Order: sequence, then C-alpha cells, then structure tokens
Amino acid sequence: MGSDVLLEVRNVVQEFVLRDFGGAKGGVLQAVSDVSFDLHVGETLGIVGETGSGKSTLARSVIQAPPPKQGQVLFQGEDLVRLKRAALKSARRNLQMVFQDPFTSLDPRWTVASLVEEPLVAYQEGSREQRRQRVNELLDLVGLDPVRYGDRHTHELSGGQCQRVAVARALALSPKLILCDEPVSSLDVLVQAQVLNLFEKLREELGLSYLFIAHDLALVKQVSDRVAVMYLGKLCEIGPVRSIFTGPLHPYTLALLNSIPSPDPTVGRRETASVISGELPSPLDPPSGCRFRTRCPRAADLCAAEVPELRQLADGHLVACHFPLSGAGDSQAQATAAAQVAASAAVTSAVATGGADGS
Amino acid sequence: MTTTADAALPEVPLRPSPLLEVSDLRVTFRTRGGQVYAVQGISFTVEPGQTVAIIGESGSGKTVSAQAVVGILPRTAKVSGSIKFKGDEVVGRSEHELRDYRGRCVAMVFQNPERSLNPTMRIGTQIAEAIQVHLPVDKDEAHKRAVELMRMVRLPAPERRFFEYPHQLSGGMRQRVVIAIALACGPSVLIADEATTALDVTTQAQIMDLLMEIQQETGTALLMISHDLGLAASYAEEVMVMYAGKVVERAPTKELFAGVRMPYTQALLDAIPRIEAEPHVLLPVVGGRPPDLSEIPTGCPFAPRCPAVQQDCREQAPPLRQHEPGRWWACWHPYKKEPSSHG
Repeated sequence: MGSDVLLEVRNVVQEFVLRDFGGAKGGVLQAVSDVSFDLHVGETLGIVGETGSGKSTLARSVIQAPPPKQGQVLFQGEDLVRLKRAALKSARRNLQMVFQDPFTSLDPRWTVASLVEEPLVAYQEGSREQRRQRVNELLDLVGLDPVRYGDRHTHELSGGQCQRVAVARALALSPKLILCDEPVSSLDVLVQAQVLNLFEKLREELGLSYLFIAHDLALVKQVSDRVAVMYLGKLCEIGPVRSIFTGPLHPYTLALLNSIPSPDPTVGRRETASVISGELPSPLDPPSGCRFRTRCPRAADLCAAEVPELRQLADGHLVACHFPLSGAGDSQAQATAAAQVAASAAVTSAVATGGADGS
Repeated sequence: MTTTADAALPEVPLRPSPLLEVSDLRVTFRTRGGQVYAVQGISFTVEPGQTVAIIGESGSGKTVSAQAVVGILPRTAKVSGSIKFKGDEVVGRSEHELRDYRGRCVAMVFQNPERSLNPTMRIGTQIAEAIQVHLPVDKDEAHKRAVELMRMVRLPAPERRFFEYPHQLSGGMRQRVVIAIALACGPSVLIADEATTALDVTTQAQIMDLLMEIQQETGTALLMISHDLGLAASYAEEVMVMYAGKVVERAPTKELFAGVRMPYTQALLDAIPRIEAEPHVLLPVVGGRPPDLSEIPTGCPFAPRCPAVQQDCREQAPPLRQHEPGRWWACWHPYKKEPSSHG
C-alpha cells in the first residue's frame, strides 16, 4: 500500500520548555516522543489515550501549529516541517482541523455564513458570488438549511448545529485530511450520534481521511479503520480496529478497554483488578524504560531498563511492549489473565508472561 | 398522577418514611423571556444505601432536580411540591435551617473539581473547613478528621498532601478531594452530579469504584446524575430517565436494560457507540431537539421526535404510571416486552 499513503509521520518529537511556576518545577516536557505512523487515502486512524497522553499535541504537530522539534511529517510525500511560510499555507489547505468545543473555536460575532466563507476568502477562492454558492452547498452538505441558519450567530445554535458549522468550515477548501480533536465529546449522546453519522457520510461521499482523536474507545471503534493508542507521549500500540479490540497486545490498551462502562448490566462491572490503578506519572520526569511500567501489572526488571520498541506481532498490528498479551482470544479471558498476573507476587520474571499465555 | 395521590395520604403508615422522598417536585425559573418550566412534577424515593441514577440530556432538568434536593437553587427559581428527608419537609426551609441539612444530611459532588475547590487554599484546610462549619470540633480535631477522610478517599500520603494546593493534583485526585469534602459530615445521601464526566475513562472507573466502596463502608445512599446510560447500567440499582423536565421511565437497572418501554430511553441506548459493533456502522438517530421549556406542551414532550408516535401522543401527555411492580413509564404506546436475550 505504498502508493496511497497520504500522511507519513516519522519519529516526531514535540517538546515544551516549562519555567518553574508556583510550587511546580519546570523543565523540558516531551509531549510527543518519537511517534511514527502512516495514514492511507480514505482511511480513518483513531488516536486514543488519557488526558496528557499527547494526542492533541500530535495532531497539532501534524498541521505544524507549532511544528515539531524533530522528525518528519510527510503529506503526499512533502515534508511539512521543512516548508516555508507560503508553501506551508498552500499545503495546509488539504489539512483541516475540527476542535472539541465549537462555541470557543468559532468567533461568536461572526454569522454562520461568514464563518464558513472565511477559509475561502483567506485562500482567495472564486468571486463573491461563487463563494456564496459554495457556502450554501457546504451548509447543505452538513445538514443545515443555508437560508435559515446562514445569518445566525453561534449563540443562536445548539452544540450540535455549531459543530456542523465547524465541520462545514473545515470542508470549505475541499481538504484531503481532517484532524478531529474530540469532535463530539462536548455533545449530548443523541446529538453525538447525529454528528458521528455526518462524519461517516462525508467520508463516503468526499473520500476524506480522518485523524480522529478521542478518549472514548467505543466511539473510536465506531469510526476508525485503524487505532493508535498513546500513553505519556509514546505510541503503545497501533493496528487494525478489529484486532486492537478483540486482541489487544498492550496491557494499557486492555486496561482502557476494561474501564468502559457497558450499557448492558448483565455484563456487570469489570473486576476492579483489571482496571489500572494509580496516576499518570509526571511527563516532566517520565519513568525510565517503558513509560507505562509504573502502573503495569506485568512490569518486570527489563521494563525499567529498556525502552520497548514498536514491533509488528500480527499483520499490521504493532506493539511497544516487552511482554505483550497473547493477542488471541477475547479480551475477557485476557482480563482474567492480567488479573491473575497482578495477583501473583512473582511478576518480576518473564516466566509470568509464559504462564499467562498458556492459561 | 398516582404518585401525587399516594403522597396525599400520609395517615396510612404502610412503612417507615423513606430516607429521601421527593413528590411532585416542580421548579420554575423566572427569566426575561418568561417562565421556564425546568422540572415539571417528578417523584422518587431514595432508601439508605441505595444507588439511584437520574439520566438525561442537557436541559432535561436532572441537575435542577438535584439542586432542589440540596436547596442550592438560585433565587429566580420557584420550587413547589415536596422534598422530605427522613419525613421532614425541606422545601420552604430558611437558609439557616438548610445549612444544617446540607453537609450532614445531603452533600453534593459536582462535575468540575477545578471549580469546586478554592485554588488559593491548601486542600487539607478546605476539607477541615467543611468539618468545622458543620460540627463543633476544634482545629486539631478537624485536621485529624481531614487526614482520615483523605485516607478514606485513597489519597496517597495524606499527611503530606494536606498541605498541597489543588493545582498540584491531577483531575482524579482533585475529584477525590471534593468527595472528601462532601463526606466530611457523614451525609446520608451523596449526590454525584456528573462527578466523573470530566475525567478520563480509567480515572472514571477508579472514582466510581471508590464511591461504591465508600457506600459499602458508610451506608450512604448515592444519587447519580449523569448523561451516560452505560455508567448507570454498571453502577446503579435503579434508573430514572428524564426528558424535558419529566421522568419518562423508571425501573430497576436490570429490568430496564432487559426491555426498554419508553422510546426515548431506547433512542438514548441506541445512540451509544458500542464496543461490540462493527466499524463504520451508522448509529440509529432521532432528529430534532428537546422542546423549549418555556411552555408546557399539550402532548407527550417526546412526540415530535418519537419514532413510534401516534395521534393521541400529540393530544394528551401520558402520565408516569407504575405498570408493573417497580416499573414506571410515561408512554401511551410503549414497546412490548421482547423475549429477553439476556436470560
């Protein structure tokens, strides 16, 4: 699939320098640490992770706002990191972003029509009349009546309608890739379903690719072809959506899956043992070796000594873990396996992994 | 409504009065645009140690109902109906009387721990303050109890953490502090208003497990307010679904999810992305928006969006009735009980 790669992210590192503030010590915060992945034409890659895992920073590094400190972002073979201002501007028209909160990402003093028109004006697209027509088309496309809503302001719209405006605006320049940063997290569940279906419809009709960031795994499963799991700036696992969900290889992915409350009470609450304990360590001082080891039920000496490399264990399914889960079988069985490993005191040797695989 | 009729007959002592009994609660706000009927007559009871969930979308009246129970509604709100705590009426109490009731009888945990805590005060001091406001204890005793509470909500190293500020803690830790403050005076009812919505899924699971453990230890009743049916399915014993200021369905959790009757509840359930579902499958969607609460609709409030709507739905609002033991719904044409696939 070498020819239809739309976006290649290679060893991207994004750092922020923090000064001491209050009681908190400053330092260099590596928000994204050596992340690489590909995105194909027409594909949706879901990125999941907790707050502070670097998923939003990764998306921002892709659109060069701000550019990453190291690494390459190849969009249609062109390295965006090296592009100069004018060239970057023309490249960016193919990359658009939709943010979490439409009320804060859209100017409240602008009308809906002018908000959707702005990208066209910025890129000097067409005459005024042509732009007006394009705006009407776009509003129709996202399911808003241009006559009724064109002259309104964002405060006159509901959250779902507002997010539709943000989507129309992102679509204005006919981009190839849309980066969605938690696009439905602030919406009610019925509205969320409407907007998710809109994303699906647009993907099919316009052949769009998405980089879809969310913390809700079920939602990511709904929209994605492949899923990447991030923890503390590192990619833990990436692979096709089915194999990630039926056979997660990284203990963190399993923990995330087990944390989701199921809307079926007969499934019951998962065993507390299979939900990870503890807190996200400070990104200013990440643990040595594997960053997840401080909360991992399988952690061993090797995990502290060596950073696990991302390696392919199944077709297109990569994991960065010294002691990956077996991968086969359903996640329920693995939850029990992980719980057993956690219960046994002797998790310090690699023998435990073999035992869990055998059970 | 049957519930109102029941409440009007106090001279029949069928059983001891419940811990919390809300009957025909109505909350109306005066605004510049006229009246807003935020809560339009809801009734429910909470027994000691019980976990009840109120589920609904934004604007369904779930938070306003909770605020009425705690007595923290703004002055523009007009409350009618009855809220009884251990048989004593709460509606109409003065601010002074309410102060005693809050904290000791009911306590509330809010969605956003950042806004619930004072950023300029040490977290231990904030917990100790909550104790001293309600109980006649001196500073040292309050300090000691605060450390105990911090241990109870599983804050690591509570003696050291006592002197830390909110910004030094993560979101999950802050919510633990807020829970400690709510538990400071040993309330009988703990109201968690979207208490885990702002948190990550892993942290949400930790906080919900903590609330369940605390409930087992102290016997506190838990009233969960949430938009997440999945959360209610996992943790609550009884679920009430609210729509446009009314309870539209109420049932024990297991029975509700085994066979939903009210189309709105079904729509909510269908709209949740399922981990079991195949990728790129479209979700069943109901169009439209919840009705404007500045007027009381003549028919069923869900009728304009309902997939099973019929003529009588638009003409008369269905009352919330108990149709089967423990199962209440407000619908003229409920879904039939399906042969349960869950056994």
